[in-house]
Order: sequence, then C-alpha cells, then structure tokens
Amino acid sequence: MNEFDYVIIGNSAGAIGCIEGIRSVDNTGTIALVSEEAHHVYSRALIPYFLSGATGTSGMAFRPPDFYERAGVRLFLNKKAVKINFGDKEVVLDDGNKLGYGKLLLATGGKPVFPPIPGLRKKNVFSFHSIKDALGIKQHMAGARNAVVLGGGVIGLMAAEVLLKKNIKVCVLELADRVLAPVVDVTASRMVEETFREAGVEVLTNNTVAAVHGKEYVEKVTLQDGRTIPCDLLIVGIGVTPRVELAEETELEVDRGIVVNEQMQTSVSDVYACGDCISVYNFVTGLKQPLPLWPNAYLGGRIAGVNMAGKTREYTTGTSMNAMHFFDLNLINAGVNATADGDADWHVVSKLDPEKKIYRKFTIDRDGVLRGFILIGQVARAGILLNLMRKKIDVRGFQQELLRDNFGYADLPDLIRWHLLKEHMILGVV
Amino acid sequence: MQSICTCFTCLFIFLQMGEKEEMGRILIKPEVCIGCRLCEIWCTVAHSKTKNIIKAFLYEEVRALPRVQVEEKLPLTFPMQCRHCEEPDCVAACISGALSKDPGTGRVDHDAEKCVGCFSCVLACPYGCININENERKVVKCDLCRELDTMYCVSHCPNEALVFVNE
Ligand SMILES: Cc1cc2nc3c(=O)[nH]c(=O)nc-3n(C[C@H](O)[C@H](O)[C@H](O)COP(=O)(O)OP(=O)(O)OC[C@H]3O[C@@H](n4cnc5c(N)ncnc54)[C@H](O)[C@@H]3O)c2cc1C
Ligand code: SF4
Repeated sequence: MNEFDYVIIGNSAGAIGCIEGIRSVDNTGTIALVSEEAHHVYSRALIPYFLSGATGTSGMAFRPPDFYERAGVRLFLNKKAVKINFGDKEVVLDDGNKLGYGKLLLATGGKPVFPPIPGLRKKNVFSFHSIKDALGIKQHMAGARNAVVLGGGVIGLMAAEVLLKKNIKVCVLELADRVLAPVVDVTASRMVEETFREAGVEVLTNNTVAAVHGKEYVEKVTLQDGRTIPCDLLIVGIGVTPRVELAEETELEVDRGIVVNEQMQTSVSDVYACGDCISVYNFVTGLKQPLPLWPNAYLGGRIAGVNMAGKTREYTTGTSMNAMHFFDLNLINAGVNATADGDADWHVVSKLDPEKKIYRKFTIDRDGVLRGFILIGQVARAGILLNLMRKKIDVRGFQQELLRDNFGYADLPDLIRWHLLKEHMILGVV
Repeated sequence: MQSICTCFTCLFIFLQMGEKEEMGRILIKPEVCIGCRLCEIWCTVAHSKTKNIIKAFLYEEVRALPRVQVEEKLPLTFPMQCRHCEEPDCVAACISGALSKDPGTGRVDHDAEKCVGCFSCVLACPYGCININENERKVVKCDLCRELDTMYCVSHCPNEALVFVNE
C-alpha cells in the first residue's frame, strides 16, 4: 500500500488551496491527490468564458503546468475514490489501489442537480459544470437554433447569455417568481430580468419543463403552462448539491454537506473537508450551511491545509458573495439581503436609479452592523463593504455615505478609518 | 539577467536596484499628503508604453490607468494602492488563477492575459485597491513598478507621503 502524509480527494479550488496551505507550513510531507477527472487543474467557473471564446481550454488551467511537480504532489488522475476506511486510515480507489493517509482532505465538490423529468437524459441535454459538459455544449452550439435553459440562477443566466451571443434563440425557465431568487432581492432580480429581455432572451418565471419530446435528441419541450416550444439544446442549471457519497453510511456527520468546524475538521479525526461538498460556518447568519463559491472553496482548503500541517487556523470569514455580470450589467452582492425593513431587527438603506441601472442597497442590523449589500452598476471598491461586514463595524453614523458611488475609506469617521488601516499608515508625523 | 558593468558606481546602482526586489511594502503618511495626485499621474506614466509624461497623457492611443488612487474628503486626502497582503483575499477569490503571490518578493501579481474580468477580486479586496479597466473588462493593480528602476509614486511624491519600507 502507498502511504502518504496527506491525501486529497478532488482537484479543484479546494484541493489547490489545501496544497498551498500545507506547503506554507510543511515543505517535505508527502502529498497524494486523487481526481476522477483526468485533466490538469482547471477552473469550472471559466466555462462561460470558454464557450464565449474569451479563453481556450489551456486558458482554463488554474495553475501553471508544473504546479504539482513544484509542490511535490503525487497525482492519481482519472481515478475515483470509492471508499474510505477511517479505522485503517486508507482510501480505496476504483482500480483497487489503496492509499494510506496521515491526514485526509475531502474536496469532492458539488454535483449538478438533474430534475426528475422523464426522458431528460438525451444527447443534447447538458449540465453546465465540467469540461466534459463544456466540450459537449460547444459541439452542439454550432448547429443549435433554439436553446432552453432550465434554471434562472447565476449558472443558468450565464449559460443563457453565452448562447444568445452565439445567435441562438434562448428561453430561460425559472420555477420561482423571479430570477436569482435566493441570491438578491426583488428589485435586483427585476433589473436582471429586464437586461435579459432587452438583449432578446425570453425569461419565463413560475415555469419549468413538464415533458421533453424526441428520441435520442430533444426536439421540443412542453412547459408547465402547457405551451410546447422547439428545443435543440437544453442546459440544466438549477443548482449543485454537495457530493457526499463517500460519507454515506459512515460516521462522518452530514447536514446537507459534510459538516466541518472552524478548523475545517469533520466529525472524524484526521479528516478535513472544504468547498462545495461541505456545510460551513457563515459569519453573517451564524449557521452552518453550504456556501458553494470559489473563494470559500479555496480559502477553506487553504486553512484546512495549514491545520493538517499542524498549525491552528480558523475559517470564519465565509459567507454568500457573488460578483456577476450579465451583458453590460455589473452586479456584486454579499451576505443576506432583506427585501424591506424588518421590525426592529434590521433596516434598509438604498438608492435606485432605474434609468441608469444603478442600485445600491444595504441591510443593517439592530447593532448597526452591515448584514448584506447589493451593488448594481457601481461595483468599484465593493471589498471595502465586505470588510466592514467582516469587522462588524457599526455603520449607522455614516450610513448615507454608503450610497455614494465612490464610497471609500475617506468617508469613514477618523477613528474607524485609522483603526482599519493602522497597519498601512504612519500617523503622528506632524 | 542582463550583464552589467562592474565598476563600483554601476555595482552600487545595481545593488540598489536589487533592493527593490526585497520583501517590503509602501506605507502611507496621510497627514503630509496634500492631494496633488502626482502619485496617480506618475503611476500612469509608469504603466504607459513610453514612460514619458507628455506622450503618456497626450499621444498614446490608450492612456494607462493609475493603480494608486487618492482618497479625498477635504481637508483629508491620502493615497491607497495594493497592500500586497501576506495572505491576499484577492488571490483566494480569483477564479482564473490570474492573481498570485510571488513567494520571493511578496508582491501580488496580476496576469492580464489570464484575467477574465469577473471582478471577484474587486469584491474580495478589503482595501478597494483592485481597479476596474472598463475598456478591456479586466482589472489593474499596483505591481510595485516591477521592471522599473524606482517606484514612481514613492519617488515622485513631493512630500514623501509614500515610503517604501523593507521588511
Ligand atoms: C459555470 C460555473 C461558473 C461559476 N462561477 C463562479 C464564480 O464566478 N464565482 C464563484 O465564486 N464561484 C463560481 N462557481 C462555483 C465554483 O466553481 C465552485 O464553488 C468551486 O469549483 C468549488 O470547488 P471545489 O474544490 O469544492 O470542488 P469542484 O470544483 O466541484 O471539484 C471537485 C472535484 O472532485 C472530483 N471528485 C469528486 N468526488 C471524487 C471522488 N470520489 N474521487 C475522485 N475525485 C472526485 C470531481 O470530479 C471534481 O473534479 C461557478 C461554477 C460553475 C459550474
Ligand atoms: S477579475 Fe481577473 S484577476 Fe480579478 S478575480 Fe476575475 S479573473 Fe481574477
């Protein structure tokens, strides 16, 4: 049996974060990485850019070709981990090989949700999740004329934009009454819907696919509202769920995702997890929940790696956060977004200019702490707002300033500003 | 590396240039900043094609973008540029691998070729120091004047409100 100090399952944001975290502490420990996909590490978040032609497959590489070699990582690509024996501390691969571990990281990511619509598995139906999906879509995109996108979330909308720009007629179906429903508020959803409609995408809310028609290929779909529309390319983008199959029937605690503590440890000793497969502490809600986003995967992995290598670090800065762009509309949000004032618990400060497509909205809790924000049109320097959230700054004293388009540190009261910037400033020279 | 003359003057200059490659940061003295924005102007020059102030502002086809910006709420003014954080949030957030931390120099580097303009880093940077290049739909940031012989904002501030500190 092969023995390693560290074994990592997965080869994406979380895995790379972990390798870099381990190597920031331990330069000599042996690392093995198991990945079901055969590719060098790539960013699945670049699929829309690949399909639009902005980047080629080589441009999707998330780290240089010699990354693993320089980091001293032994690769087991194109191999699936099928079982973990926690007692013997070994991972069993689909080819029968076993890898012993000192510390183990599960970075198995998420799997795209496929709705239980009969006959949906056809040759021109794709998820929007892997290089394999992307290559399949690219191949079918060339001859397609009528695409249907199932799901009006971030992923579905990105797919819709790419397809429209390839001169394909696109219809987006969203089961909720608005697009991006859990991510942003109603006002923002309406602005996004309008942007898509102006661009020529049909956006149907309160609607979904009731039946698909065709043998090997989808030819038409019948919608929930009874209409039947032509379809020669169907993209399923209704979300991802944590991939927890390795945890099933084991003592690993799972609550939607694999549950980890702030040090990214699972309920089994020497086993860590990160990324789309976990439920992790959200500093805004105070709850453990899946936060399936690139920065959370990378940072969670990095912190797991540091802990695996023997130092103690905590990951307590994760929350829901998105930087999105649809056509010429830029949108950034973070945290939770209340639709209106909520009794005494929180209040909302906002400004809206529908003509110029500008929206700034802040949800502030009873202690004056920013719980979430949405920026549309003006997204510059958004990170300062996220920093105010993370540092739990009481913003009530300057809440109207938040609405300024170039809000910055100069707009903060002296005490708060110099406190937040103290490591970077030399004060008291005059 | 380029071969250099080995007379003492040249060696001295070379060693000083070498110093720029050491780990260090630019610190800011807000109280002596007068808001003249010469740091922004010279940052534009530093990132222009010609490195010539007249050409950079008047004749180059696309004017380079400054990576330092002066924050202003009069009478307060002070410059801010990338802090080259020890564990940068922007690098953690970058979906393309365009941002990286150079282990040797500590500099946070941005590879414009790889950048897809998703603005995840704009959301991640706690200092608001990743600037948007609207024309190209990419970002620009401070590169500590890599490949130049001085840091232009530091050397052109008339009041020494920007200082480079070796660490
Ligand atoms: C189209 C698209 C666009 C996105 N855009 C953004 C964005 O702009 N910003 C953002 O923050 N996030 C974005 N995301 C989300 C982001 O890509 C994910 O959060 C991130 O990829 C999660 O990384 P991960 O390491 O948890 O796992 P994943 O990227 O899901 O990778 C897990 C890997 O593990 C492998 N694996 C799983 N089980 C096994 C096993 N048993 N044995 C071996 N290997 C296994 C899988 O094959 C896979 O390669 C986007 C996602 C998609 C699909
Ligand atoms: S805008 Fe460019 S540098 Fe910034 S996160 Fe996106 S790809 Fe990376």
